[in-house]
Amino acid sequence: MASTETEDPATAPDDGGTTTATATAGGRDTAGDLAGLEAGLDALESRVVDRQPRLRAAAAKALPPVIAVAIVLGLWQLAYHFELKPHYLLPSPADVFGSLRQKWLEGTLLSFVWTSVSRGALGFVTSVAIGTVLGLIVAQVKAVRAAIGPILSGLQSLPSVAWVPAAIIWFGLSDATIYAVVLLGAVPSIANGLVAGVDQISPLTLRAGRTIGATGLAGVRHVLLPAALPGYLAGLKQGWAFSWRSLMAAELIVNAPDLGTGLGQLLEQGRELQDMSWVLAAILLILIVGIGIELLIFAPIERRVLRSRGLLVKG
Amino acid sequence: MTTTTLAKQPAAADKGNTVPYAARIDHVSKSFGRTGAQQHVLEDITLDVAPGEFVCLLGASGCGKSTLLNLVAGLDAPSAGAIATPGGRPALMFQEHALFPWLTAGRNIELALRMRGVPRAERRAEAERLLELVRLKGAHGKRVHELSGGMRQRVAMARALAQDSQLLLMDEPFAALDAITRDVLHDELTRIWRETNLSVLFVTHNVREAVRLAERVVLLSSRPGRIAREWQVDIPQPRRIEDAAVADLSVEITEQLRGEIRRHGQH
Repeated sequence: MASTETEDPATAPDDGGTTTATATAGGRDTAGDLAGLEAGLDALESRVVDRQPRLRAAAAKALPPVIAVAIVLGLWQLAYHFELKPHYLLPSPADVFGSLRQKWLEGTLLSFVWTSVSRGALGFVTSVAIGTVLGLIVAQVKAVRAAIGPILSGLQSLPSVAWVPAAIIWFGLSDATIYAVVLLGAVPSIANGLVAGVDQISPLTLRAGRTIGATGLAGVRHVLLPAALPGYLAGLKQGWAFSWRSLMAAELIVNAPDLGTGLGQLLEQGRELQDMSWVLAAILLILIVGIGIELLIFAPIERRVLRSRGLLVKG
Repeated sequence: MTTTTLAKQPAAADKGNTVPYAARIDHVSKSFGRTGAQQHVLEDITLDVAPGEFVCLLGASGCGKSTLLNLVAGLDAPSAGAIATPGGRPALMFQEHALFPWLTAGRNIELALRMRGVPRAERRAEAERLLELVRLKGAHGKRVHELSGGMRQRVAMARALAQDSQLLLMDEPFAALDAITRDVLHDELTRIWRETNLSVLFVTHNVREAVRLAERVVLLSSRPGRIAREWQVDIPQPRRIEDAAVADLSVEITEQLRGEIRRHGQH
């Protein structure tokens, strides 16, 4: 039974009583033969990964969403054309675009976007710092986890806009109020993401870490955190979404002349002026910024991390 | 290879080692669960692994061989008895490769070197040397998922060797591999063991594997795990799994192992 076929590990007999392909009558492999056999096995079993050309892959990926947006715009234009609602209630896509263009020509559009994005970024970075430490403590200290773990995950279901009245009472109409709301929205999801990431680490990985002597802080740095990275990244992504949402909720309500005008305040001004195309333009901008940051920052990082670990399944 | 002296020199002699054992398991028992509803997994195990010796622990499922290995590795504490490993913390290899997927093959080894306190400047070269030892020259930059099962286990072996421990514990490290790859890794392990002064405590449920590799085979009975019998394996290395002498001894040990298993069906 000098079979040359590699047996499936699941069906390989447990006593290992299979003759190998190189067995010759009474002969023994020299070291060179063994090296050669091994090199052959390695070559046979290594997979060749072929990659699509980058540009074509990007085009193939971008096409379906572009078509979907075009269809939505088309339906919108039709609804406008047949006047499903009066024009002052449902402006055309062109009206909304005109609104954006006007703000652009006034030179104020970018400053609105920048005001919100810089607030969002500062709030997010602060949330990451707090959420990471909090998540690590909750994941590692049993007593803390029992005490505040359920509260922390419960907080995620509390809409952060609910904090706005409380924050206004504490901090008045100020930047502090806006940041407080952003933090209360984002910190729990970042902390929860890290906790979930730590929980998903296989016990074997932790054992392997302890075996090579990575214990204590070294274990956290070299094993625990990198192993938890995929879950942590998912938490960061959600944390950004929550930051952005909370920020918009806060900006809508916290409206004072001495505060900079962000997208939320722009939206609120549009409502006060009953200018529907202004309102829709502001909503569109909020959406675009949210999606843009997800696509430009989080998606590439996540893809890189997953690909380097062989977790990104193609097809 | 057939002309060389096949009997391995005792490592203690050429190292000037004063301690007569690489691991001493002294009347060790282990039970899990609350008092009253206790499960005795290991009972009164006494076993020495001599420096440079290759010992296989053999037993059916539930004989506590992995538990015993965990105790020797210091990942768990015995309920009674004592364990001594004078060569420091033993290296441990698992059935799964347990490599870190966020690091390349080489970096996995370098992390073990770093944890051992090897200075940064020397790590790269030492990792390359270890990769060469397991015949994976040039695999330093490979990601774990790019390697085949056999290659992963060899990187895991290199990482274990990076700990520079006197004692290597192996927990069914080849059980998940196909027969040909396993056979090749048997040859590799034997070669590396003969080139280094390593003592190996190798756990398996595969009788042929045990006879193929070990100088001494220790059979454990199940529930609770006790030492049932020991065999000295005097077949010269390098052996082949299909050697007649390996087969003969395997038949004898298998008979005994079956007897141990049968006892559990009788009540």
